[in-house]
Amino acid sequence: MNTDQKADYLAEHTLRSCLLTTDHKRIGLLYLFSILFFFAIAAVAAALIRLQLISPTGGLLTTETYNRLFTLHGVFMVWFFLIPSIPSVLGNFILPLMLGARDLAFPKLNLLSWYLFNAGGLLALWAIVGGGVDTGWTFYAPYSTTYANGQVVTMVAGIFVAGFSSILTGLNFIVTTHQMRAPGLTWFRLPIFVWSLYATSLILVLATPVLAMLLMLVGIERIWGVGIFDPSLGGDPVLFQHLFWFYSHPAVYVMILPGMGVVSELIPCFARKRLFGYPFVAGASVAIAVFGFLVWGHHMFVSSQSPYAGMVFSFLSYMVAIPSAIKVFNWTATLYKGSIALDTPMLYALGFIGLFTAGGLTGLFLAALAVDVHVTHTYFVVAHFHYIMVGGMVLAFMGGLHYWWPKITGRMYPEQLGRLAALVTFIGFNLTFFPQFILGYLGMPRRYALYPPEFQFYHILSTAGASILGVGYALPVFYFLWSLKHGLRAGPNPWCATGLEWQTPSPPPPYNFETTPIVDSGPYNYPQPASPPPTPPPGEAPRMTNTES
Amino acid sequence: MLFPIWPDEAASGAQEVDQIVIGLVLMSLFFIIVVAGPILYFGFKYRRSRPANRVISHHNTWAIEITWTLVPLIIAVCFFVVAASVYFRQRHPPADAMEIHVIGKQWMWKIQHPQGKREINELHVPVGVPIKLLMTSQDVIHSFYIPAFRIKQDVLPGRYTSMWFVPQKTGEYHLFCTQYCGEGHARMTGKAIVLSKADYQKWLTSGEQSENPAKAGAELFRQYGCSGCHAGSRVVRAPSLVGLYGSVVPLEGNKTTIADDQYLRDSILLPNSQVVAGYEPVMPSYQGKLSEDALFSLIAYLKSLGPGAEEGGTQPLKYSNDMGAAQLLPSGSKGSAK
Ligand SMILES: [Cu+2]
Ligand SMILES: [Cu+2]
Repeated sequence: MNTDQKADYLAEHTLRSCLLTTDHKRIGLLYLFSILFFFAIAAVAAALIRLQLISPTGGLLTTETYNRLFTLHGVFMVWFFLIPSIPSVLGNFILPLMLGARDLAFPKLNLLSWYLFNAGGLLALWAIVGGGVDTGWTFYAPYSTTYANGQVVTMVAGIFVAGFSSILTGLNFIVTTHQMRAPGLTWFRLPIFVWSLYATSLILVLATPVLAMLLMLVGIERIWGVGIFDPSLGGDPVLFQHLFWFYSHPAVYVMILPGMGVVSELIPCFARKRLFGYPFVAGASVAIAVFGFLVWGHHMFVSSQSPYAGMVFSFLSYMVAIPSAIKVFNWTATLYKGSIALDTPMLYALGFIGLFTAGGLTGLFLAALAVDVHVTHTYFVVAHFHYIMVGGMVLAFMGGLHYWWPKITGRMYPEQLGRLAALVTFIGFNLTFFPQFILGYLGMPRRYALYPPEFQFYHILSTAGASILGVGYALPVFYFLWSLKHGLRAGPNPWCATGLEWQTPSPPPPYNFETTPIVDSGPYNYPQPASPPPTPPPGEAPRMTNTES
Repeated sequence: MLFPIWPDEAASGAQEVDQIVIGLVLMSLFFIIVVAGPILYFGFKYRRSRPANRVISHHNTWAIEITWTLVPLIIAVCFFVVAASVYFRQRHPPADAMEIHVIGKQWMWKIQHPQGKREINELHVPVGVPIKLLMTSQDVIHSFYIPAFRIKQDVLPGRYTSMWFVPQKTGEYHLFCTQYCGEGHARMTGKAIVLSKADYQKWLTSGEQSENPAKAGAELFRQYGCSGCHAGSRVVRAPSLVGLYGSVVPLEGNKTTIADDQYLRDSILLPNSQVVAGYEPVMPSYQGKLSEDALFSLIAYLKSLGPGAEEGGTQPLKYSNDMGAAQLLPSGSKGSAK
């Protein structure tokens, strides 16, 4: 039993304390519930899509329903799960702890962000209930503005509102990182997770307003018929694509940078090594955020964009791959001469490296102009971005959630089940999405409810994989819930990790630290691997690994 | 076969694209080995329960970082250059390519051959002949994709886009719309049918026939009163259109433009946006009065008035760059009449 009975941040249980809290940790939990709710909706849509595609002639869904489902899946996964997943849940919870701060710089704004996020999500949900939207998450004009039936305006309004939540969160993180660092915590002593949240926040603050403007223009054209994108009204449909991808390409990095940050925490901890090339990894995060703004045109190689613009965008896309490669190499080098424990978070982290590498390499296929002409708009693209977003971001999110679960709840989850879930997820993921690369190269277009029979074999593989992936997602739900009551008490630092978040009780007290910590060294200050690994102080649960023998 | 593993290669660019892809696959395997190999090896050798030499000797971090920055950089630049040069060729059809008109609409493809024959959701082409598709949409954005040719191009409303290829293997291949266009998107498919030259000629003359576009355009030219100002005894002073296509046009305000398909289209629909130097902006707009089909015919007629052509000629004569490139290319790429 934990002898420390002082009130932690979870002690209060009134409704008011839950819904009007300004504690970043509680808000992080609120976000966790929200995004899991939206994830569940989007996952059901994915399941139905995969079931429909078992047969080339469909049969389960009408094409109309199918189109609405993939739109729902895209919109909810991108804006209501992936973008807020790591920043708003783990970032919210961990960032102030990592900085040695009592809270974010603007706690009330933080709460407002959560309300805006839910308001946006509910609006989007209202659009679904009220008849749905069949434009795809990309809302390409003039289809979305003139031709589509359904609740396009409501859906767009939902995303518009949720965008403000992104902007406010980004702003909050930037100010917090600048202003609230503990004494001695200089920029180059910050954990990489902080660096990547900072880079992410820059993107959120700079790119989301463009999305907001674009969505407003879509609404204006749709409601009042003002010609902006529809050529029959005098507009330009390619302008829509430029604006959309000017936001959405950087948003891709919002959906991967925080994952890279999490992995940069996990690898040193479970290898008991300093992160190799720390300044390069930190610099790469910022480089990705900056160069990410210069490559949007690589989504438009066949859109009628000038071939010269295409070449510039292709070249810059190759350049933006380099910082990602640097990160992968540095993570790998960190393992060298480490003392490696393959605990659940580490399994997710290693899985992340593998799948992110595969996703990144196939990105080079898409950046190659002549190859992109063949594979863009096909399942190749679908597979590619799922490798980055599911293989990358979701695995990192799961890794981070397992890693910080003891900090968040004060309890350990069952380690063996955790490893099993990580393995099942990895296998299910590859079985789902690898066949889609082949499908795409064979020419199977995306967003097709029906398809020629020769593609069926790969679709069946993919659907089989998706059911395994579903098990991988469901397992943690059960054992996390179980652990809340029955998990072993974690103690402040079950992983013997460095980082300020581990120097306060689990769960932390309302204001995080009893005394403000003072920092006098860089992150990942693990003892020389030659000396025996440190053991937890007596009185706490032993680390749940089989490596002590 | 139960499941295909590689798509047919049925057009000129297909092998080139496949070669780049094979290069990319090999490069990917190399990097996967470079990353996954050490992860598995270190994960085993340095696992916590296993004694190993963990004393770190000093290494030059800068040298290592620079190496693994430069090696991928060089590889990346190589792939960029190769893929971009193939793309550049894909975007620039030869001057003698045969021009086929494609109109996309929810949810079908309407196609017309230069000789006049029309078809829907099927594209018959002769083997070994460079084909250029001049495409537009009547409603939303579509995308014309023939996987066996490794080529695709979005088809936009209000604008012409083009793509070209040389079919190299007779047979039937998939034709897909790959830009989501609404409820029937998945049904907006068809077939590209590559025939021998003789079979193509036979196919052209079989079945229902329709007038060739240039001839139909000549009729429209009279019917819509264009000839009143642009030809013969002129009531209003308007520029002559003989020899216009492909030439450099001086515009008001000391600008010039190339009279390509897009320019002709814009001049018919939005005549006051680009007024020829020395003329009054008096031409009425034909926006909403002409179908896409009629526009194609009118433009085909204007093309037949290109330099060296007789008035009322019947062959669509030559060809210019697609509109995306047109503004950027020197006018030297003009082709000569056949
Ligand atoms: Cu992108
Ligand atoms: Cu379509």
